[in-house]
Parts: sequence; C-alpha cells; structure tokens
Amino acid sequence: MTIHQTSLRRPSLRRRGFLVSGAAVAGGFSLGFHIPFDGGAAHAQTVKELNAWVVIHPDDKVVIRIARSEMGQGTLTGLCQLVAEELDCNWSKVTWEYPTPGENVARNRIWKNFSTGGSRGIRESNQYVREGGAMAREMLIAAAAAQLKVPAAELTAANSVITHKASGKTVTYGAVAAAAAQLEPPKEVKLKNPKDWKIAGKPLKRLDTVDKVTGKQVYGIDFTLPGMLVATVRACPVIGGKLKSFDAAKVEKMPGVKKVVAIDGNAVVVVADTYWNARTALAALPTDWDIGKLGDVQQETINAMLKEGLDAEQAFVGNKVGDAKAAIAGAAKKVEATYSFPYQHHVTMEPMNATARVTADKCEVWCGTQNGEAALAAASEASGLPVAKCDVFKQLLGGGFGRRGRSDYVRQAVLVAKEMPGTPVKLIWSREEDMTHCQYHPITMAKLTGGLDAQGNLVGLQVRISGQSILASLLPQNLQNGMDPVVFQGLAASGVEAAYGYNVPNLLIDHAMRNPHITAGFWRGVNTNQNAVYMESFMDELADAAGQDPLAFRLKLLKPKWAAVLKAAADKAGYGKPLPAGHFHGLAQVMGYGSYVAGVAEVSVNPDGQLKIHKITAATNCGHVVNPAQIERQVAGSFAYGLSAALYGEITVKDGAVEQTNFDSYNLMRIDEMPKVETVLVPTGDFWGGVGEPTIAVAAPSVLNAIARATGKRVRNLPLMHHELKKGA
Amino acid sequence: MAVLNVNGKALNHTADPRTPLLWVLREQLNLTGTKYGCGIAQCGACTVMIDGVATRSCQVPVNSVGNRKVTTIEGLAASGQLNKIQAAWVAVDVPQCGYCQSGMVMAATALLAAKPKPTDADIDAAMTNICRCGTYQQVREAIHAAAKA
Repeated sequence: MTIHQTSLRRPSLRRRGFLVSGAAVAGGFSLGFHIPFDGGAAHAQTVKELNAWVVIHPDDKVVIRIARSEMGQGTLTGLCQLVAEELDCNWSKVTWEYPTPGENVARNRIWKNFSTGGSRGIRESNQYVREGGAMAREMLIAAAAAQLKVPAAELTAANSVITHKASGKTVTYGAVAAAAAQLEPPKEVKLKNPKDWKIAGKPLKRLDTVDKVTGKQVYGIDFTLPGMLVATVRACPVIGGKLKSFDAAKVEKMPGVKKVVAIDGNAVVVVADTYWNARTALAALPTDWDIGKLGDVQQETINAMLKEGLDAEQAFVGNKVGDAKAAIAGAAKKVEATYSFPYQHHVTMEPMNATARVTADKCEVWCGTQNGEAALAAASEASGLPVAKCDVFKQLLGGGFGRRGRSDYVRQAVLVAKEMPGTPVKLIWSREEDMTHCQYHPITMAKLTGGLDAQGNLVGLQVRISGQSILASLLPQNLQNGMDPVVFQGLAASGVEAAYGYNVPNLLIDHAMRNPHITAGFWRGVNTNQNAVYMESFMDELADAAGQDPLAFRLKLLKPKWAAVLKAAADKAGYGKPLPAGHFHGLAQVMGYGSYVAGVAEVSVNPDGQLKIHKITAATNCGHVVNPAQIERQVAGSFAYGLSAALYGEITVKDGAVEQTNFDSYNLMRIDEMPKVETVLVPTGDFWGGVGEPTIAVAAPSVLNAIARATGKRVRNLPLMHHELKKGA
Repeated sequence: MAVLNVNGKALNHTADPRTPLLWVLREQLNLTGTKYGCGIAQCGACTVMIDGVATRSCQVPVNSVGNRKVTTIEGLAASGQLNKIQAAWVAVDVPQCGYCQSGMVMAATALLAAKPKPTDADIDAAMTNICRCGTYQQVREAIHAAAKA
C-alpha cells in the first residue's frame, strides 16, 4: 500500500530539503509546505509494511502508523511506545505517520477507529496496536531464523537487533524487514506483562516536539497548495438562522477577491488570494439574515427554561437506588442547594479551518480533525462524490478539546471548493466566527437534596439535573427512548466508563431535558465537568451539615477504587495537617473515561477577596501508565482548562446570538494564575483508563470547596468572576 | 513592492500597507511559524520581535514596521542551532498541541534578552500568552532552565 506523502510527518531534515527546492522551483510563490496529492509520485519509498501498524526501512528506521489524531494530548507518542514495546525496536529509530481515513475504508477499516475523543486513544486501542507490534516482531524473528538457518525459538529480539545467543550472530531489523514482510503473520501473539515493559510505561519525551519550537510544524491553517485560494466565512450570527440576502457587487472589486458565495443557505463566503483580503472584503459585505423568533431568545429565557426543569414532573432516571424521596422526607436533617454551570467554548488556539480541492471525480481535504472518518463522510456528502473518491489528509491539530470532532468546517470548505472545481481553497474561520459558531459545552442546572440521620449519615440523596443534552443536539439517533445517558457521566449506576462512586442507600438522579437553540457538543471532560461540580460541592455541604470532615464523610461512602484515589491525593497534599496561615484545602473526586481521579486544591483569599490558587495535588488511577511524564502534563493541563472555565468561562446569549466574540470577552487563564500541580499516579494495573479528560472535572469543585473553607461562601453558580469573595460582602 | 527586514534578510512583499504584519509574514513571506490566534493582540500566538521587543504582529500594520528588524520563530535557529530557549523547550518537553508555542518561545526569548535571570514574577509579567493545553508549568520550568544554561 501507499501512504500518500501529504499525509505523512516528514523528518525535519527531509522537509528542509524540500523547502529549498520548492523555493527554487516555485520562484517565490507559495514556498511553504505544498506537495501535490498525485498518488505515489512524490512518494519515493516503496518499503513494504510488516502490517498495518509497522513499516521498517532497510536503514532500521521504524515507521509506526497512528490512526488517532494528535492534538497535544500525546496519544501518538503513547501509542508508538506501545507498538515499539512489543516490537522490541530501538526507540531512537521510531517515527510515525497517519494513514488516511480513505485508506482505512479501502482496507476494510484495518486501523479500526480513527475517532479521537473521550480519552479513548490508548485505552481502546492498546490491545490491537500492541498485537500489531508483537506480530511484526515475530515475523522479523522468523525471517532472521530463515536467514541464519537456526530455529526461531533460539533467537531473541531487543533494540531492533535479533541475536542468536549460541553462535553470537546478530541481524538488524532493517536487514530482514523486506523478507519478513513477505511472511504470513502469526495467528496469535502473546503480549508482554506490563511489569516487563522497557519502552512503554517510561517517561519518554514526545516524538513531535522539535518542529513545534522552530515554527516548522504545519497545522491545517498553515497548509498550502500551488494555486490555492483562501476563503473566510460568516454564518448567520444566530445559530439556526438563515441567510436572506447579500450584496456581492459591493465587494467583488475589492483587492484579491475571486468569488463571493452563499453556502448551506445560512452562510456567506468570500474567496480571495489571501486570508487578509478575504477577511477585509467579508467585513465590508452587506448581509441580511432571517432569524425569526430565535432573535427573541435571551440568556434569561434560557435560564428560566432550565429553572422550570428543576421541579418538573417528567424526567429521565439515570440512577436509582431505594426510595430517595421517602428517605429524605423521613430524615433528621434536610440539605438542599441549587447549582448552575454555563455554556463554555472550547477555544482551540488554532481557529477552525480546512483546505479542499474538488474536481468532477475527486474530493481531497487537508485539515486537523479529531474524527478523520467523520471528516471523510462530510467531504463525501458535501461534494456529492462517493467515499471511495474522497480522502482526508490529517494535519496536526492546534487544539481539539472536542471541537474538532465535528466536521462543520470541513463541509463548508468542500462546498466552497466545489464552486471552483480544481482550485484548492483553504477556508479559515476568524476567531470571531469560531467563538460564535461552536457546539458549546451544554448549559445545565441541578437541584440537590440530601437527608441526614441523627448521626449525620447520608440516608437519601436526590439530584435533579435540568438542561441541555448533547446527544439531542448532535446525535439524536443515539438517544434512548428520548433519554440522553451521557448526561449522567460520573453519576451513572454502573459501568467501566463513568460510574458513581458513593454508596447511598436511597438515591435518585434524573434529568429534565431542556434544549435551547444553541448547539451543544462535546467539550473536554463533557458532562463529568458540571456533574462533579454539583456532586462534589454538595458532598462538602452535606459534610458541613453533618458536622464532619469532608474527607472522612466521603471515605465512609465511597467504593474502594474511588476512595483509594481520593486518599492518595489527600495523603500527598498533607490534608488535615497544618497549612500556611490563610491557606485552605478543598477536595473533589470523580470517575470518568474509565479512570479514577481526585484533586486537592490549596487556596487563599485575601481580605480584598482576591483568590490565589497555590497548589493542586492530583491523583490518577488510570489502570496502566503508558507514559508518566505525558500523564503529568495532561493532568496539569486539565487544571488550566478546568480552572479557566471555573474562573472565567461563560458563553451567554443575547437576541439569539452568542455575545462573546474574542478573548477580550472570553477570558482564559494565563501563566500568572496557574497553580503548581503535583501529580500522583496510583495505577492498579487491572484496567485501561483514559487520561486526557477525567481530571478536568475535579478542578472546579476542589477549588470551590477550598474557597468555601477560606471564606465561608459557597459558590454555586459559575464562573467565579461574578462572585465577590471579600469577607462581609 | 515593499521591503521588510525579516530574520536578517530583505524580503519583498506586495501587501496593502495596512495589512497586519502577521498576515504579510504568513501569506506573502510564507513564514507560517507565526500563528493567528485572535487578531486583537490578546493571545500572543503571533508574537515576533521587532528590534528585539516582543510584539504581537496581528496589530502591527506592515507599513509601520519600516526598516526595523523583524525576527520570527524561523529566525531563532537560522544557523541550525536551537537558541537557549528552544533547547530548554525541547529538554523540558514543553509543547502539547504546540500552536501557541512559537509565540511563547518568542516572548521568552525577548524576556531572557532583557532579564537573563528572570524571577517567577518577571515570568508572570512577560508571559501573557494563552495556552489552552495548559503548558504553563513547563513553560516556567523551561525559562528557568534556559536562564541557568
């Protein structure tokens, strides 16, 4: 098979070579990264793969194929470690490449799932990628056995070298790879015990760093083809509204403008020679929108809709044990509180973009995507060409966080390119377009009611969630008799994904679905985020009402794995021991994405009400640790992400449209607010859990609980920026 | 035709004089290491140095640059040798998605040129770039490491 060069990561030396010759040939036009997609012509190597996952070159270079998308989370390095571990290759010889979604379809989905979300990369593909590595190793050993004329059983492999101990003979992988590639793969392979890992499990550096500090890394927004035009889009400012009219004549003569087109009946696009010219013309383009009654929707409208759901009759039951209502009614003490969590935006640093070229019989797309196969389907649908005539060449993502799991921007790019057959068009969204046309973290509220007996034991707990369903917004076909089970992430009755950790004798968790017109979508951590805010804040409120320490109160209720990780975080943080004057601890735990996580926040609030988050201690049990250094980075980054939302994150609606348009109206945490994060890994080795998302959920509640200890003020509505933390205020 | 002094070379471009330097670098000079993040000088992804001063190029009209020296991320290791900051970035394994890192490296390079031994407070004041992956802890560590190198 051929992996098209355009889909590959080139080692920097080779890329530099190309750039120099490209500059000479192109005479100054478009000197960047522009290798035309023309089959194998640009692809000089014809090294046969050992299997779908492994290609070994005669010079011992190991190319590992990665189906999942790298967006900063480190999945490509971790997956390469797993393959390399079983392959027993020399890690310094490892490089990687993306197969294309089109090739996956053509090869009967040999690489299985390309979708990169839900912290699934390693936890769901570890088995088959390790098998790929192990099978390749066995084939290399078999080929070496034939060459050395010794039994395969007498050979050992390590560091890309196969050794026959008795004779002292050795051969390198590169020397037998061609012969090995001709062999039948073994039917079965035995995977290593993780205790014996030498490459996996180690804190290795990422494989994709150097180009990111020299400016050479090509993201979708940097991708260039000869003759390429650049487009920018403005969709109806009210999501769900339509384009009524636009006056192309007003801008068609502006510098660089090539075309003005309407797409999908809800957006207008200017195509020009450069982004800046396209943007300038789009800003000057008169447009008229049909927003109908949606224009009457205000944030207060949405809030009222959700408030009504808090006490509504009908609700979908997500978790039920015993009779919560009766237990609470008969309890010695009743505690009740209502919380809310606003819309959030992903804010990938790289705004949405995609490059497309459409001809009568081919549609090609170059873009960052978290779901290559969904992007391929979008390309096929938008171009009207069968999937077999389409392909997507994945670029590294300048952030994903769930946003790039949706292919709306791919569809738009293809629709525009279809208007100019044969001409590649790169569609770039402005930050303003990006901020106002996301699929946002859903908005919900929750009313929690707990009953304590005379000894302060929790005898009943009721959680009513009211608010938006992501599935109803994006994947209504996945609703189960109208219910969205994803709403209960972290609160689910059972399962290996996101189960509720507390043993409560009488429990009722239900959801009154209320869906405003704003599109809701998957946002890193998804529904564990607000569910952990609700549950973990309320656990502190219950502990206070019971007159008990919040850690002790939780440990009495938590199931073993949940309790162990919370205890690990608390022990490491020195919970319960004296802190510097004015510093206070707050706790939170959750199970999400198959992993158990907990955080302890240490904060102070000065007399002026200024919050300082000094330190976070975070514990993770993700079952198996594939790269502890990258997990630490994901955990620390999770706090930057989760605390940005807790401090500032809020998308609001005015006259039907999103009010926030850029970073001046949607603030994000900078380095000066970033707490020191200490990561504690407590893997139990009996399952595979995700890492990229679960920890985000404990960021906000651990800090909110610490703030309550520091100030006596219980913040129940995010973001924190709206709250006065000053004493007495 | 106008001339810009970028990374020690005189480069020609034909952009409208009011075009932001960012887009001239990216679209006319094919220096795509400088990134577009917000266009309003908030996020710092477009940071370059103009006469050694870290500057957000999205808000600099190209005709205001004159013959001042522009340094982009591509100009830091022009001789093939990573500068101190870049080397520390690699050693500490700072980038995650990497999109903001050109701007981070430029801001940190300018900081170290002005303050060879920056304190945490200096770092807080100078490094106002937004990183959504949350590499801040590694950014701080790498700046301190580079200062010691």
